[in-house]
Amino acid sequence: MKKIISILTIVIIVLCALTGCGANKDAVATDGSTSMNKVIGALGEAFENETGITVTYKATGSGAGIQAVLEDRCDIGLSSRNLKDEEKKNGLEGTILAYDGIAIIVNPSNQISDLSVEMIAKIYTGEIKNWKEISGNDAEIVVIGREAGSGTRDGFESITDTKGKCKYRQELTSTGDVITTVASNPGAIGYASLASVKDSVKAIKIDGVVASEETIRDGSYVVQRPFILVTKKNIKLSENAQKFLDFITSEAANKIISDAGVVPAN
Amino acid sequence: MKKNRLFENVVHGVFLILGLITVGCVLLITVYLIISGIPAIKEIGLVNFLFGKEWASTAVEPKYGILPFILTSVYGTAGAILIGVPIGFFTAVYLSKVANKKVRAIIENAINLLAGIPSVVYGLVGMLVLVPAIREIFNVPDGASLLAAIIVLAIMILPNIIKVSMTALDAVPKEYEDASLALGATPTETFFKVSVPAAKSGIAAAVVLGVGRAIGEAMAVMMVAGNVANMPSLFQSVRFLTTAVATEMAYSSPGSLQRNALFSIALVLFLFIMLINATLNFFLKREEK
Repeated sequence: MKKIISILTIVIIVLCALTGCGANKDAVATDGSTSMNKVIGALGEAFENETGITVTYKATGSGAGIQAVLEDRCDIGLSSRNLKDEEKKNGLEGTILAYDGIAIIVNPSNQISDLSVEMIAKIYTGEIKNWKEISGNDAEIVVIGREAGSGTRDGFESITDTKGKCKYRQELTSTGDVITTVASNPGAIGYASLASVKDSVKAIKIDGVVASEETIRDGSYVVQRPFILVTKKNIKLSENAQKFLDFITSEAANKIISDAGVVPAN
Repeated sequence: MKKNRLFENVVHGVFLILGLITVGCVLLITVYLIISGIPAIKEIGLVNFLFGKEWASTAVEPKYGILPFILTSVYGTAGAILIGVPIGFFTAVYLSKVANKKVRAIIENAINLLAGIPSVVYGLVGMLVLVPAIREIFNVPDGASLLAAIIVLAIMILPNIIKVSMTALDAVPKEYEDASLALGATPTETFFKVSVPAAKSGIAAAVVLGVGRAIGEAMAVMMVAGNVANMPSLFQSVRFLTTAVATEMAYSSPGSLQRNALFSIALVLFLFIMLINATLNFFLKREEK
């Protein structure tokens, strides 16, 4: 008796677990940049709520995403860098979805308010170690960054060309932690996506340009990169994929995009 | 009569299943960790993995050495024990043997409250108060360090140590102490020469429990330790075994060597915890005898 009951229950539990994985037919497949995780996730969710069509997302990296479009393994490729000429020649085209603007932040008590990208790169690679070397106070520079794999870190390091060369004093796991730490340490410098910067820290100008939505959109603020939707030129998308593309490039999606911490392009 | 027996059997069956859920979870986690932890170790090589001094999982030429994490976890836990055990032990002796009822009730409540504070709150307070304080006091450029983590961990393990030691000390038969007092020993002599030796297994268990808590803590440590994969040193930013898994898991792509290596780290951590549990069982069994 005992045995039968336990076996029955186990069978029921297993059955319940299995029914969870239903098939998602006609889902829109996106593939690419790990940094676009948040924005595509938010857009996909909103799209699914509205139309009932699922959007899948594979975080493989920009290069792999572009490759996947070429090989028809996904509907829309996601790239967090501009398409290379070679890739355009292969019949790909890019639609800019948004701009990822990264603010460089320091403690409000820091006198420095303007840096060049080269200087920032030197600070992060440990070439400049003290604020006085760049006419600031005599204080050691405390370099704050994000954990390996973070989209913001990837963006920052690729824009400043410091990939794998940064000498961090702290690697924190959220934008909030970076801001809190920079706000509490007079010698700290950090980076965070522009949308989440608060008054407790000072966002510095890059070559005299203040970070704002306008300067990011017109390209004068240089610590930024585009988020690009990659599709094949002259080839029609599947109906659902086209719907998704129209949805995320429409004005209605702008709020979702800004909530995800990036600047909408359209 | 027959109906009754059927009902009994049903109840038994239900209880059996509920009991099996726990066993099932443990088995599932163990098997899963071993299966997903082995491939990366194989690929990297056990010696390179355990004794490699460099961790750079997203570099162009990735390196997967977790010696810095292992040493940091060991040093961090040892440091927390070094600070937490004396405080916890003497508090337990005081509360169990010396304090009057009112004082004991107040302090016990405070300890229970301390035990109930979520670790993220410890981390937050550590980040906002402790880290800047270390920076000011020791005049270092940044306070996020092994020392900050040790202090946070020491406070976090206090409730465990105090409560388990107190239970052990409370259980010492009153006759032992009465006999000691009757022979002319002072109360303090009695506490340390009679009560504490009689409760030593329980106190040892408390220490081991503290070790387990400290080595497994991730959240609070992540917020105060700085998380850079340096070799441990008191004022340097360090990464623990737990935080190594937690920081990179979110962004590692499934199936990549990076993610597999994270599982391997979890497996190493799991082995540490098993070892600690075995030690704990050893002490508890000895107490039973």
